[in-house]
Amino acid sequence: MGTIDWDAVQTADQVQRGEISAAECVEAALSRIDNTNPTVHAFLHVDADRALARARFMDHNLTRETKANLPLAGVPVAIKDNMVTTDMPTTAGSKILEGFRSPYNATVVELLEQAGAIIVGKTNMDEFAMGSSTEHSAYGVTRNPWDLTRVPGGSSGGSAAAVAARMVPLALGSDTGGSIRLPASYCGVFGIKPTYGRVSRYGLIAYASSLDQIGPLARSVRDLSRTLHLIARHDAKDATSLDANTILEAPIPTALQSLRIGLPEEYFGEGIDVRVRTVIEKTLDRLRESGVDLIPISLPHTRYAIATYYLIAPAEASSNLSRYDGVRYGLRVVGDDLIHMYQNTRQEGFGPEVKRRILLGTHALSAGYYDAYYLKAQKVRTLIRQDFDNAFEKVDLIVTPTVADLPFKLGERDLDPLQMYLTDIFTVTTNLAGLPGLSQPIGLVDGLPVGLQWMGPPLAEDRVLSAASALEAILPSPEWPLSGGIQ
Amino acid sequence: MNLTEKEVRHVARLARLAISSVELSEATQALGRVLDYIDLLNELDTDAVPPTTHVEAIETVWRQDRVVPSLSPEEATANGPQVSSQMFVVPKILDGGEG
Amino acid sequence: MTNQYEVVIGLEVHVELKTQTKLFCGCANGFGQDPNSQTCPVCLGMPGVLPVLNGEAVALATRAALALHCTVNSYSKFDRKQYFYPDLPKAYQISQYDQPLAENGHVTIHTAAGKRNIGIERIHMEEDAGKLNHLGQRLGDAEGSLVDLNRAGVPLIEIVSRPEMHSPEEARQYLVELRTILSYLDISDLRMEEGSMRCDANVSLRPLDFTGSLADLPRVEIKNVNSFRNVQRGIEFEINRQRQMLQTGQRIIKETRGFDDASGSTYSQRSKEEANDYRYFPEPDLPPLVLTEKWLKEQREALPQLPDELRQSLAERGVAERDAEVLVQDVNLYHYWSQVVALVSDARLVTNWLLSDYSRLMNANNLSFAEPKVSAHGLASLLSLITAGTLSGKMAKEVLETMFDTGETAEAVVKRLGLSQITDHNAIKEIVSAVVAANPAVVQDFVSGKEKALTFLVGQVMKQTKGQAKPDLVNALLREVLATYA
Ligand SMILES: [Mg+2]
Ligand SMILES: [Zn+2]
Repeated sequence: MGTIDWDAVQTADQVQRGEISAAECVEAALSRIDNTNPTVHAFLHVDADRALARARFMDHNLTRETKANLPLAGVPVAIKDNMVTTDMPTTAGSKILEGFRSPYNATVVELLEQAGAIIVGKTNMDEFAMGSSTEHSAYGVTRNPWDLTRVPGGSSGGSAAAVAARMVPLALGSDTGGSIRLPASYCGVFGIKPTYGRVSRYGLIAYASSLDQIGPLARSVRDLSRTLHLIARHDAKDATSLDANTILEAPIPTALQSLRIGLPEEYFGEGIDVRVRTVIEKTLDRLRESGVDLIPISLPHTRYAIATYYLIAPAEASSNLSRYDGVRYGLRVVGDDLIHMYQNTRQEGFGPEVKRRILLGTHALSAGYYDAYYLKAQKVRTLIRQDFDNAFEKVDLIVTPTVADLPFKLGERDLDPLQMYLTDIFTVTTNLAGLPGLSQPIGLVDGLPVGLQWMGPPLAEDRVLSAASALEAILPSPEWPLSGGIQ
Repeated sequence: MNLTEKEVRHVARLARLAISSVELSEATQALGRVLDYIDLLNELDTDAVPPTTHVEAIETVWRQDRVVPSLSPEEATANGPQVSSQMFVVPKILDGGEG
Repeated sequence: MTNQYEVVIGLEVHVELKTQTKLFCGCANGFGQDPNSQTCPVCLGMPGVLPVLNGEAVALATRAALALHCTVNSYSKFDRKQYFYPDLPKAYQISQYDQPLAENGHVTIHTAAGKRNIGIERIHMEEDAGKLNHLGQRLGDAEGSLVDLNRAGVPLIEIVSRPEMHSPEEARQYLVELRTILSYLDISDLRMEEGSMRCDANVSLRPLDFTGSLADLPRVEIKNVNSFRNVQRGIEFEINRQRQMLQTGQRIIKETRGFDDASGSTYSQRSKEEANDYRYFPEPDLPPLVLTEKWLKEQREALPQLPDELRQSLAERGVAERDAEVLVQDVNLYHYWSQVVALVSDARLVTNWLLSDYSRLMNANNLSFAEPKVSAHGLASLLSLITAGTLSGKMAKEVLETMFDTGETAEAVVKRLGLSQITDHNAIKEIVSAVVAANPAVVQDFVSGKEKALTFLVGQVMKQTKGQAKPDLVNALLREVLATYA
């Protein structure tokens, strides 16, 4: 086992103990990136010089005691390219931000670096996080490390693929309708979307402001805990940031049998790939064998979630993306007058899926349609949230498949946007309700990973992580793709 | 709900997108399908349901009126596609704007 | 012909709040700085930024609402108003739409027919836009524009009146009274020429036989006029234009018009097709604003005395209504006045001096009572010299001018110029006796009934005292001495 096989906690522990230098960890990550990224294309930007310089600085200038206080000392980290960085470009996967250099760092970037993490680069994503496959990036597709002909899921596909391919042990993603959990599931890694408001959104390029949350992707539950412990902080720069209890640095594996776990019938109905169903059922059996009380429950408004999501998210997006107008930063395409400059810039700068959602969202907010669309969706959102409130009176946690199928082939869902939208059917509900959701790899079928989703009440991340950790302990160790690398 | 090309053209103009006629007909079709799907919501009677604008129960978040250093004009305009005298240059404006 | 239509005017007034920082970021809120020197990622609308509300702006807005007799809503929220324009970095303005900070207030104006309340529909908070400098004389001819975002994000309140004014004069009065009230709150610079107070006027003509809702009348909005006088001129022009159109059978279209100062006319800025669809929706980045009773009470208690109260107390102190109005309308003048009155209790004397001689000097030198040339204390000492009889009115005027020019105290000027009215009874009587003794012929004339002879003798006494004797005293003493000759 080389350092690239270590998770973040092990890496940090080794660096803290002086068993290995931060520079060695970063070099190993960079060499793995050199080896695999040209094929997988998880990274849009790698800054080897900066990463090495920071690692060497840590090695040469920090005492052992200081390093011991850095929970991510020397851990190579990847950041989804919708979190702004002063030292690296930020594009959000869009041509409209080509060449943009942020004058400030996202809060999460600051927090990770303060904790000793070494940011090695920025990862690919669906443009402005709009997509479920990472095919909708202006900078090319990311491939699933398990099968290079398939998508990694999206929109945080670059982050998930980088972690799965062991280019880095840890990455940040963002999740608006499933964008952390879906690629985590498709790539066979762990990923958590925290409670809305847990992690500061300051510096996260907004897609849908009332749904967006940042969260980590990793190869162990303890990595998720340690990272969330660091980044789930109140931030005065984000008025929606919560001032809540801190998340434990390490999950306490709960006795699973003490938990009441709900299985919502709406998530186990038709439409689930039989292979996925088999793996999920096997895992549920294991839980039952461990004495878990699996309780059938109902979340009756689930069937309205995608429709609700595809009004709220595009509406907010149409507003959030209005600032890309060619005046202050990013792409400008000339026009005879102002309005033509605007139109040409936005026409050329945005990809087709982004434009579709801008049109949809603009329509949903426009005069005469607001009540029928946007307001209606906000009301249904209330019903969806109430479903969860009711359920969590009966159960401690809810378990579902993360996604109904296995990673699909590149290009397979290009023609029908609606088909792609339905991929998020099991993940959007927690965004609409603001709840934490975690995707956990539970095994392979036909060489492709299957994920299980944990959902918890607001601010119950510790409970979610503990349960996932307990399940992690009774499942066989996950496998990782590209063991021999790529030639 | 039927979506017409005229409506999509209107929306494209509101959103400042110069979409081509091919895109217009594609978008009208695609959006029409999505809106047909969204019609599902009309199964629900939501007259008595309050909207959820913010999923969290927090209110009145405000800060002290204390000055924080600004960027320098050079930093502020560093990303500007066209800058003159520390200001962003825009082409001539024919529309009056909101003002 | 003229009374076929009723003029209906509503005003929307934007007022910049005088906070230290902008509404949603920590950039300084200042006027006249270098372009883009007061900007940060937030007010530049950079990717990833979020707004955080300035609590002081809410406090100032709330005080304005209370002073204008509004109901302050304990629950209000922010919304996004969306349109593209280069001075609006995010392409949306954070404003308040259907649940504003305050509603249902009024401003009292004084018309020929008596007092009248003009309703205020609402007051909401919003962020200001930046500034465009056009490369050319006017927007229309400009080849391009330069964008300066220093002003972007400055806190504003928008005060929306009900359409309850019926003449340009009423509109002017409403604006004057509104500005007067706000000036006592010290929440804004209220300078129209610098844009810290801006006014849009909605003008329509209601045919007298029109029975529908006012909202259905085609309404013309005159935007961003830069002085009260021009608001009045713009409305006058618009009334005439619309009346002529109606009389010649043309339809008025709902539109936005600019005002051209040089010609005094309005011109079309945006046609009907361009009508905006602002696509308002609740701002997801800002939690709702919930104001507690306790906090509202604190704001109410922070309110100063307001013009209506001041007018009443001035009347009680015997200040004439016209004078009181002049005092009240200039908050700095009024504050100066009250400082002087605290020292010299004769309110009428203080008012007379302030409104005539001192104001004349201030105006001639283009000065504001915000920075009075002669301190309230200085003026009070001068006025005390008058009440004590040390200085005559004429002398005091001279002393004031000197004080104004040199910055000396009244006492110092009096001493240096040797000015002081001789009030010593004995000293004057001595001179009077001497003058009488030196002019036997004139005395004879007086005794024989020529009253005019007295004037000559008074003149002589004044001459000998270099004008410092108190004239009525000289008169009395002369008569006393002359009586012994009869
Ligand atoms: Mg306004
Ligand atoms: Zn700022």
